[in-house]
Amino acid sequence: MARDSLVGSRIRERRVMNGIRQAELATQAEISASYLNLIEHNKRRIGGKLLVNIAAALGVEPSVLSEGAEAALIATLREAAASSGKTEVELDRVDEFAGRFPGWAEVLADQYKQVQSLERTVQSLTDRLAHDPHLATSMHELLTMVTAIRSTAGILHENDQIEPEWQGRFHRNLNEDSLRLAESAQTLVTYLDGQDETATKGSSPQEELDAFSKENNYHFPALETASGWPEDLVKGASTLTTVAARDMAKRVLDAYQHDAKRLPRPAFLEAINQIGLKPDLLAQRFDVSLSTILRRCAAMPDDALPMPVGLVVCDGSGALLFRRQLRGFSLPRFSAACAKWPLFKALSQPMQPVRGIVEMAGHDADQFECLAIADRISAVSFEKTPLYNAYMLILPRLDKVEDPRLVGSTCRICPRAKCEGRNMPSILTQGI
Amino acid sequence: MSKRVLLIEDEPNIIEAISFILSRAGWDVVTHSNGHDAIEAVQNRQPDVVILDVMLPGRSGYEILTDLRAQDETASLPVLMLTARGQTKDREMAERVGASLFMTKPFSNGEVLDAVNQLVGA
Repeated sequence: MARDSLVGSRIRERRVMNGIRQAELATQAEISASYLNLIEHNKRRIGGKLLVNIAAALGVEPSVLSEGAEAALIATLREAAASSGKTEVELDRVDEFAGRFPGWAEVLADQYKQVQSLERTVQSLTDRLAHDPHLATSMHELLTMVTAIRSTAGILHENDQIEPEWQGRFHRNLNEDSLRLAESAQTLVTYLDGQDETATKGSSPQEELDAFSKENNYHFPALETASGWPEDLVKGASTLTTVAARDMAKRVLDAYQHDAKRLPRPAFLEAINQIGLKPDLLAQRFDVSLSTILRRCAAMPDDALPMPVGLVVCDGSGALLFRRQLRGFSLPRFSAACAKWPLFKALSQPMQPVRGIVEMAGHDADQFECLAIADRISAVSFEKTPLYNAYMLILPRLDKVEDPRLVGSTCRICPRAKCEGRNMPSILTQGI
Repeated sequence: MSKRVLLIEDEPNIIEAISFILSRAGWDVVTHSNGHDAIEAVQNRQPDVVILDVMLPGRSGYEILTDLRAQDETASLPVLMLTARGQTKDREMAERVGASLFMTKPFSNGEVLDAVNQLVGA
C-alpha cells in the first residue's frame, strides 16, 4: 500500500483525537458523511482544496495529513520485522502503524537499532577471544614450549641409562625451552594486562564513574577549597558520556562537597597524622559519623595518607555504588560482590561498626583490614523505615593473621572450591 | 625391518625429543620441518606412519593432509595429527580432512609411542 494512500487514516486519527464526529467534520468540509467515511478508510483519494478544508477543520497543516512517516523509519521497521523471524507481522500495514503511532514506531525502531549494535559488540568480543591472532599465537607458543619441555623432561626422567652426550643435549634443550617459556608467559601476561586496561574504559555508567574517579585520583581540590561546584566538574568531564553516569557522579560529588565542608582537608590530615588511620577515633575527635570518616579517608590522595586505602559503598540491595580500588583487593566489574565481605555484615546490622580481617582469593593471598558501617541515608522517622548504605574502608594488612576471613571478588571468578556463600560456579579451573 | 615414521614438525626440540623416544622404541625416524614441500617428503620417504603438526611454516597440516588423502598412494596412510589447541573445532577439522588419530599438545612421550604403535597395528 503506497504511503500517500494513507491520508485517510491520518484524517481519521486526527478527528478521533480531536473528539469530532464524522458527520460534524463532513459538514465542515462540505461533503457527505459517507464520502468522508470512504476517505477515512483510504478508499477514495483526496487532495487539493478538500484536503486543505479538512486540515483547517482539524486545525493542522495539510502536510501533516498528506506526508506519511519517514521512509527511513519504515525501512527500519521492516528490517526489525524481518529479523524477528515472526511470520505474523502485519507487514502490509507498516505504513499505517508508523503513521498512526509515530512515537511507538520510533521507540520500536530505536530499540531494534540498539539491539543490533549490542549484537555487533557481543560478536566482536567473541571474535576477539576466539580469533585474536595475538592471543592465539601466544597460547600456541606457550603450549609448544610446554610440550618440548614435557617430552625432554620425560626422557631424562624415564631413561636412566642415557648416553652422556644425549643427556647434555637434552639438558641444554630443557634450559633453552624453559627460558623461552618464561618469555612467552611474560608476553602473554603483559598482553592480557593491556587488554584489561582498555576494557576498563567500557561504557556502563558505573564504569564511567569508576574511570572518572580514578582519573582524578579520587580527590577533587576544587571541592576541598570550595572554589568549584559538582555540576561544573561533572559537566567538564569527558569520561562521563551518559546521563546516568553524570547523575551518579553528581551524587558522589555532592556527598564529597558536604563531607569536605565538615572535615576540611588540612585539619583531617593533621588528625590522621596524630592518631593514625583509625576511623573510630577520628569520628570521636571530630564528632561526626563513622561513615563520614570512611568516605573522607577515601577522598584523600594516596600520597597524603600513611598507607593506600580502598573504599566500597553499597546500597541496601548490595549494589556497589562507589569503589576506590586498592591493589590486591579485587572488586567485581559487573556482577555481585562476595557475600562474605564485612561490608554486607555491616548492612545486616545497621549503625554498628564492623571490623574484619580478610584474605582475598588469588595468587598473592593478600590480607586486608576492613572497617565497615551501614549508615542511614534517609531522614529519621517513625513513619518510614529508613534506608541504609554500607561503607567499607579497606586497608592493607601487612602483619598477616592466622585465621583471616576467606573472601573473593565475585563467585564467577573465585577459585575457592568450598564456600557456603557460592551462588554460581566459577569459570576458573585449576591451572591455565 | 623396522617401521618408518615421518615426523613433520617445526619445533627443533620437539623433533629431537620425539625422534629420541621413537628411535629407542625401534622406529626408523625421519623428519621434515616445513609445510611447503611436505607432500614431496612423504612421497620420497615412503613412511609407514606420519606425525603431522597442524601449525607449520608454509602450509597448514590440514592442507597437507587434504592433499595426501586425495592421492591414491597416500589415501589410507596412517596420520597422527598434533595440535596446540584442543578445541572441538580443531578436532572436527582434523577428522574431516581424514586424520587417523588426533593428539593435543602437551602430550606425554608414552602417548606418542602408543599412538604410532596403534596406527601400524603393532
